[in-house]
Amino acid sequence: MDVLHISGLRAAIEDKEILKGVNLEVKSGEFHAVMGPNGTGKSTLAQVIMGHPKYEVLAGKITMNDEDVLEMEVDERAKAGLFLAMQYPSEIPGVTNSDFLRMAVRTKMQQEDKRLNLGAFMKELKGKIGDLKMQDDMAARYLNEGFSGGEKKRNEILQLLMLKPKIAVLDEVDSGLDVDALKIVGDAVNSMRSDSFGCLIITHYQRILDYITPDFVHVMMDGRIVKSGDVSLMKKVDSEGYDWIKKEKL
Amino acid sequence: MREEIISRDEEMNAVPIDYKYGFTTDHKNLKDTGKGLSEEVIKEISKEKNEPSWMLDIRLNAYRQFIKMPLPGWGPDLTQELDFDSYTYYIKPSDRTASSWDDVPESIKETFEKLGIPEAEAKYLNGVSTQYESEVVYHNNQKELEEAGVIFLDTDSALKQHPDIFREYFGKVVPFADNKFSALNTSVWSGGSFIYVPKGVKLEKPLQSYFRINSESMGQFERTLIIVDEGADVHYIEGCTAPIYTANSLHSAVVEIFVKKGGKCRYTTIQNWSNNILNLVTKRAICDDDAHMEWIDGNIGSKITMKYPACILKGDRSKGTTVSIAFAGKGQTQNAGAKMTHLGKDTSSSIISKSLSRHGGNVTYLGLVEHRENANGAKTNIECDTIILDGISKSDTIPYNVTKNGDITVQHEAKVSKVSEEQLFYLMSRGLSQEQATEMIIMGFIEPFARELPMEYAVELNQLLKLEMEGSIG
Repeated sequence: MDVLHISGLRAAIEDKEILKGVNLEVKSGEFHAVMGPNGTGKSTLAQVIMGHPKYEVLAGKITMNDEDVLEMEVDERAKAGLFLAMQYPSEIPGVTNSDFLRMAVRTKMQQEDKRLNLGAFMKELKGKIGDLKMQDDMAARYLNEGFSGGEKKRNEILQLLMLKPKIAVLDEVDSGLDVDALKIVGDAVNSMRSDSFGCLIITHYQRILDYITPDFVHVMMDGRIVKSGDVSLMKKVDSEGYDWIKKEKL
Repeated sequence: MREEIISRDEEMNAVPIDYKYGFTTDHKNLKDTGKGLSEEVIKEISKEKNEPSWMLDIRLNAYRQFIKMPLPGWGPDLTQELDFDSYTYYIKPSDRTASSWDDVPESIKETFEKLGIPEAEAKYLNGVSTQYESEVVYHNNQKELEEAGVIFLDTDSALKQHPDIFREYFGKVVPFADNKFSALNTSVWSGGSFIYVPKGVKLEKPLQSYFRINSESMGQFERTLIIVDEGADVHYIEGCTAPIYTANSLHSAVVEIFVKKGGKCRYTTIQNWSNNILNLVTKRAICDDDAHMEWIDGNIGSKITMKYPACILKGDRSKGTTVSIAFAGKGQTQNAGAKMTHLGKDTSSSIISKSLSRHGGNVTYLGLVEHRENANGAKTNIECDTIILDGISKSDTIPYNVTKNGDITVQHEAKVSKVSEEQLFYLMSRGLSQEQATEMIIMGFIEPFARELPMEYAVELNQLLKLEMEGSIG
């Protein structure tokens, strides 16, 4: 059982406080959704969990299985089992998708004292590219360079499938996807569901949640999680918006 | 002998050195001319080589020109670096050119084995000509080359065996009076490669040669002459590695290439001179109608490099390409670039330059593109990208364009990149360490160069850069 625990988390960018005390716990086997209007700190939460250097943590704790995540370098967080599917993945010119993934998977396997079998790796990569209905040349293209928005998102999910983290944060993987792509991405994430995988889905539109059913739903406003519940909370937000929560809080 | 080499290696290993090929073997030099240069030294070299008198005359004329000429008025300041009296201008490693690998002296073999040459040879090489100090000691042309009429010799042998063709082309695209270093090279040249590819002969596998300086403070002045006849096609690879020395060493080569009508020549170099060597090289090709010259030029080592591979696009529709990388680390100056001279109609040129600097290194792209009066319809595309890896290193891009014709197109794109925080975050979030992530971004940056290399060279370049990059973080 892996546990990502966040308590009293406050974080700022360029002296502007964005997260004002976030409390959240994600365990393996659980799918959580964080919803909320634009500009409430959802993506900041994702970036701070993974350790983006432009954010400053002011207070609070993040632990993974009781280990202090805030003390870890970005790669150490990945090695601890965390993963972030990014909203705006970087382009790395000149590095092929497959070379990058091979390096990442090999590094992970070395940590587990295993050796990468190149044939098995290529077979798995090809299979997952097929599952995600990506173009065949995806492995040979340079990492995210010239990818359409949808291709980038699918490529993030491809990495998720290949790296098999313990807890994944998906930051708006639904934006830029058409209905067909949403279903493919949703199916892929659902295929990860197991007792040893936990997921935190951050979304502005709730479209992705038509395909992935979360066990827990949280609403975030002004840097805090203001309401938590089950799937019925999501349905209420879907039909009524966020205003009722704001009023409730006033 | 073997034990001596091993114990020497242990000695070398005990000293903290950062140069991968920083070993020397104890092969005894049979003959050298001592330090410094004079007409007497030049006569001695020519006599030792048993040359025709016309070559001695050229050498002496070039020497007189060398004395008169000033240092180049551009690029890094060499006045503090050069001491022409301190170099040995000619060293002969053995008294004959060996014809097969078995005949090569054991100590020289050891050196090449460390460089991995036998493996390289095993891999589809047409011919290997390895230069050890000033003369080619091993030369192995395979039968198919001879059958096709291809001449691939060390330059000294070519002068003896093919004096007519030699005299017709020698010094014609790089005249000795071109610059101080072409004058110096012409007066003391020794070794290098000579290639003649007859009409219509297309060589699928590259020809290659390794060069190596192996004596303290000695200059190496190889001279390469390549003639690609009409419709012929050749890829020549020159690789350089050098051991470490305490005193400055001078390397000043001249490469002349003639690409006849419809011919194609690709010349690939990755120089990795140890970082005390001054590398001052003149490389120039002349293209007839529909000919294509490609320079693939990597500069990783040396203390100072000045090198601007040139194409004279004389023939209509001829093409010139330069793809280069330059890497400047601590104490290094890389002043490299390209020169394209458009004389013919509808000629085209393309320059891709990638440069990196770190630890106070200084890298400059210096380029000259000229479109002359008759170059109607000529096109040039220049891309210069640079990455500066820290706050104390330098990079400059200095492109000169000279246009004497209104009917031409020049595109120039220059970019200064850095290894961005976002890219590092992205790669590290997948479990790569900062070193691995940086290395990956750098490898991606030079990929447009690396993909032009044969596989074994791309792998070697990769390893060289990894070595160079080690400890570059933090």
